[in-house]
Amino acid sequence: MITLSHYLVLGAVVFCLGVAGLFINRKNLIIVLMCLELMLLAVNINFIAFAYFLQDLAGQVFVFFILTVAAAEAAIGLAILVMLFKVRGTISVGELNEMKG
Amino acid sequence: MTLELAVFYGFAAVLVLASLLMITVRNPVHAALSLVAAFFAAAVLWVLLEAEFLGIVLVLVYVGAVMVLFLFVVMTLDLNVSQLREGFVRYLPIGGLVALVMGAGMIWVLTRETVFERTTPLRAGADYNNTLAIGQVLYTEYVYPFEIAAVILLVAVIAAITLTLDPRRRRTSKSIDPAEAVKVRAKDRIKMVDLRQK
Repeated sequence: MITLSHYLVLGAVVFCLGVAGLFINRKNLIIVLMCLELMLLAVNINFIAFAYFLQDLAGQVFVFFILTVAAAEAAIGLAILVMLFKVRGTISVGELNEMKG
Repeated sequence: MTLELAVFYGFAAVLVLASLLMITVRNPVHAALSLVAAFFAAAVLWVLLEAEFLGIVLVLVYVGAVMVLFLFVVMTLDLNVSQLREGFVRYLPIGGLVALVMGAGMIWVLTRETVFERTTPLRAGADYNNTLAIGQVLYTEYVYPFEIAAVILLVAVIAAITLTLDPRRRRTSKSIDPAEAVKVRAKDRIKMVDLRQK
């Protein structure tokens, strides 16, 4: 018997893997963006699980909007990344220190 | 019910393994492909939760568009992987510790509280249409958020184009200026030469 907590635990595990990925790949901007996608996916799993177990479509509509915003975020993030690579020749976070006081 | 549990555990394992692979693998292309596998597994779980429309949207929009965009960018850029990997081993313990503490806390709460012990509600009948149901609430109750989402997408399109457009390069490209083009007269382009030498 699958309960709600099965899905919530799965979402928590995937979210924590995304956070761990942020920490250990902190130099690589592309992987950081992918980790953000992974964390959003974990949140979406929670939303859909609640929508199903509470029999309320609002959760699914919310996931729809999250997917929209995440797609916009990925498009802008990758555009910034391409521009950054054009200007600096690297996407390493360690070299981005122009704004350092 | 046993089959359902088997599907859940199978694809949950695929999801967790693919996520783990994504954050540890060396090559960004492999990381993107692992994320694709994670999205596929998540889509299967969403279909299991009777969210068929969103499961298909996840595959079409995420795997089909966003991840291909990621792969495209990864392959376009000439990345220095060894430079990007520095600090990987150094931050592995702290990253693992943070994830472990966070995950243990969340799992402890989620498995202890009996509120989350909800079991599967009755399955919807074969005539239930998830896409229809979402459309019915999306275009009535959530019509303003829906339009705001459309504007957000428009802003994203404009932002992405403006960011990647380089105004200095426009002159050297093969584009033509329409204002110049309509001013051209036939005598500017063709010169009649009499070949019959006298």
